[in-house]
Amino acid sequence: MGTAQVRLPIAPFDPAAQIAAFTRAYPASGGIVSFIGQVRADDPGDANAVEALELQHYAPLTLPAMQVLADAVLARWAVDGLLIVHRSGVMGPGEPIVLVVAAARHRRDAFAAADYAMDHLKSESWFWKREKRAGVWRWVEPRAQDAADLARWSQP
Amino acid sequence: MAVDAVARLVFLGRLADVAGRAEDVVACIAPLGWTDVLAWLAAHGGTDLADAVGAARVRVALNGAVLADKAALLLVAGDELAFLPPVSGG
Repeated sequence: MGTAQVRLPIAPFDPAAQIAAFTRAYPASGGIVSFIGQVRADDPGDANAVEALELQHYAPLTLPAMQVLADAVLARWAVDGLLIVHRSGVMGPGEPIVLVVAAARHRRDAFAAADYAMDHLKSESWFWKREKRAGVWRWVEPRAQDAADLARWSQP
Repeated sequence: MAVDAVARLVFLGRLADVAGRAEDVVACIAPLGWTDVLAWLAAHGGTDLADAVGAARVRVALNGAVLADKAALLLVAGDELAFLPPVSGG
């Protein structure tokens, strides 16, 4: 079984540097798949554009649950390595929120592992999100699409 | 240590806005059940807060473990009880 690294930074991180370091650590893996989620920058002319996004975590739950997810990914897919980095705190448009990198001998396992990890991070990890628009903070409710994405993995 | 006979309450996400604070402490001389906690919240934070926390979609974690059944809660001094609204992360 592969190895996993899970991080919960509260300050900005550099996905390219993380991907480079991770890739160097798995020279035997033929395929490396990475996914970066960033704060969407709305049209600058939009008066209701997102000015900032905050993700709140709860220390006793959030990182331990991310580790459990990483272990589940390793058990389900034939990957050599998995990296999950998820920001907490306040971010501006264009700032990275989440990075998932999977290294596998063959590419399909790497794609599937990253996809599975992202769907579970989006809908099951312990983060609460709020957005600041026109100077006002509002909590973001769960999206039905996230639940639908998650359900894909439990269909027979 | 009677002065420390309290449990910590943690409000996550929008529940912190409803509560007007992120944390609170509740006197816990005797163990408190789920209905005791909701009654305390209603008395100290108002019925809006008790209703928001008591919603079916809100889960609770006792000392970092999510409870499968809120009705089975037994809160004692030194515990940390977190109220978790539906997540919307990533």
